[in-house]
Amino acid sequence: MSLNTLGYYWREAFLSIFRNGWLSLASVGTVTISLLILGISVLLVMNAQAFTKSLESGVEIRVFLENGATREEIRDMEKELKKTPGVATVEFVSRDEALEEMRENLGDRKDILEGLEEDNPLPDAFKIKAEKANDVPALASQMEKLEKVDQVNYGRGIVEKLLAVIKWVRLAGGGLMVILGVAALLLISTTIRLSLFARRREIGIMKFLGATNWFVRFPFLLEGMILGFVGAAIASSVVYLGYVSLVNRLDEVLPFVTLVTDRQILLTVTGGLMGIGIVVGALGSAFSVRKYIQV
Amino acid sequence: MIQLYNVSKIYSNGVKALNDVTLHVRKGEFVFLVGPSGAGKSSLIKIVFREELPSRGQALFSGKNIARLKGREIPHLRRKIGMVFQDFRLLPQKTAYENVAFAMQVVGAGKRAIRNRVPEVLAQVGLEEKTGMMPAQLSGGEQQRVCIARAIVNNPVMIIADEPTGNLDPDTSWELMNLFNEINSKGTTIVMATHAREIVDTMKKRVLSMTAGRITRDEEGGVYSNES
Ligand SMILES: Nc1ncnc2c1ncn2[C@@H]1O[C@H](COP(=O)(O)OP(=O)(O)O)[C@@H](O)[C@H]1O
Ligand SMILES: [Mg+2]
Repeated sequence: MSLNTLGYYWREAFLSIFRNGWLSLASVGTVTISLLILGISVLLVMNAQAFTKSLESGVEIRVFLENGATREEIRDMEKELKKTPGVATVEFVSRDEALEEMRENLGDRKDILEGLEEDNPLPDAFKIKAEKANDVPALASQMEKLEKVDQVNYGRGIVEKLLAVIKWVRLAGGGLMVILGVAALLLISTTIRLSLFARRREIGIMKFLGATNWFVRFPFLLEGMILGFVGAAIASSVVYLGYVSLVNRLDEVLPFVTLVTDRQILLTVTGGLMGIGIVVGALGSAFSVRKYIQV
Repeated sequence: MIQLYNVSKIYSNGVKALNDVTLHVRKGEFVFLVGPSGAGKSSLIKIVFREELPSRGQALFSGKNIARLKGREIPHLRRKIGMVFQDFRLLPQKTAYENVAFAMQVVGAGKRAIRNRVPEVLAQVGLEEKTGMMPAQLSGGEQQRVCIARAIVNNPVMIIADEPTGNLDPDTSWELMNLFNEINSKGTTIVMATHAREIVDTMKKRVLSMTAGRITRDEEGGVYSNES
């Protein structure tokens, strides 16, 4: 392909884009919006996942035992719990230790507990850490069924809510993305069809002059790719700049909320958006071009 | 160069435009294709150019079966043939120079080759003074000269012209005929569909006469019509 031909492709593609004005703009807009949603969803999911991970070490299951479990029974249980798949650590907390812990937690107001030493209402318990937060609910219900177990507690809510949020973001983001992605494809393909129509004379002339299919088609493919690229570039910039400023602002306002700040990840996400944008543009124009340009 | 064997063309609407046409055009010939409107002249041209496929029969160009060409071979067939049409088919937003250069761009020629070759052919058709003009600023005859320049710029082995003087006055037509004759004398085969009786009668070339999709007369040094 000569330099001359390359210049020709670019010139023709840009001419078409400006000639199509509003439709080009609409195509770029849809690509931008759909990729924005994709980018935001990906970052949301990524942060939620990172957050769950950080909870993973923190979320513990407390297994309270019935009164009257013997020392041997407790030892056996501890062994069994340790062997359970998905369990990271098991720690036994006797009722006395539990009372002591409570007393420490109460601090100044520990006098409430006065007199309880003789008649401790607290049960013996195991503190269990799971390897993965995802496994916590399943492990808990599994332990509930064990003999001598009275009650099982864990940071119910947080983990489940977080998992639900991730699922929901994935689903909603994914669904919206697909719908808008299809809309972007259709709009680009319509735009390109308009370009083809505006230049049908020229296409006819190119054909009788012996242009290859590829030569005739390429400017239109390029046009679609440029539309996708511009849309993706806008979306990527908004995602990138928006996220960086969000990270900075949150650092001031809510210093304990930690977002994923890895530049590399952010660059991968925006790079991915660019790639998808260009592919969507190429596909959209390929639909029309294949349909309307035959030898 | 062109070999047709029992070629028929029936369009999807049932019109039989060509009916069992057999003919040979040899290299270097100048052939007039005459006959009333609707006789099938354009259809015959389209089959050679592979714009249409024959419904029956074989059509060969340089020994190759035209209908059997693969998609990517079709452009190469077309590059061997320069086309000239009655309605010019120039790009209205491009100058004479650019229209001719376009034919070279389309086949992937480089900038330098274009700069050398385009002025040369424009001079050959007598338009060296008008290279920068838009088609709308040129007379019909001049526009057709641009088309001829465009047709020969890539050195085709054959020129096919479909009623090239259909929209032009007799004097202008003659000027163009001389141009075609000149191109033919350098070895380029020419096939021309035309209604220009006087030109055909005077030029004494091979005449293929068509009526209702059939070749009814094939005469070396012939005239437009034997009647009256
Ligand atoms: N694409 C087409 N579809 C249907 N009929 C056609 C088509 N092209 C030409 N015809 C018909 O075929 C016949 C021959 O047409 P054409 O080859 O253009 O003749 P000519 O060029 O000699 O005037 C005419 O009756 C015309 O109406
Ligand atoms: Mg005709």
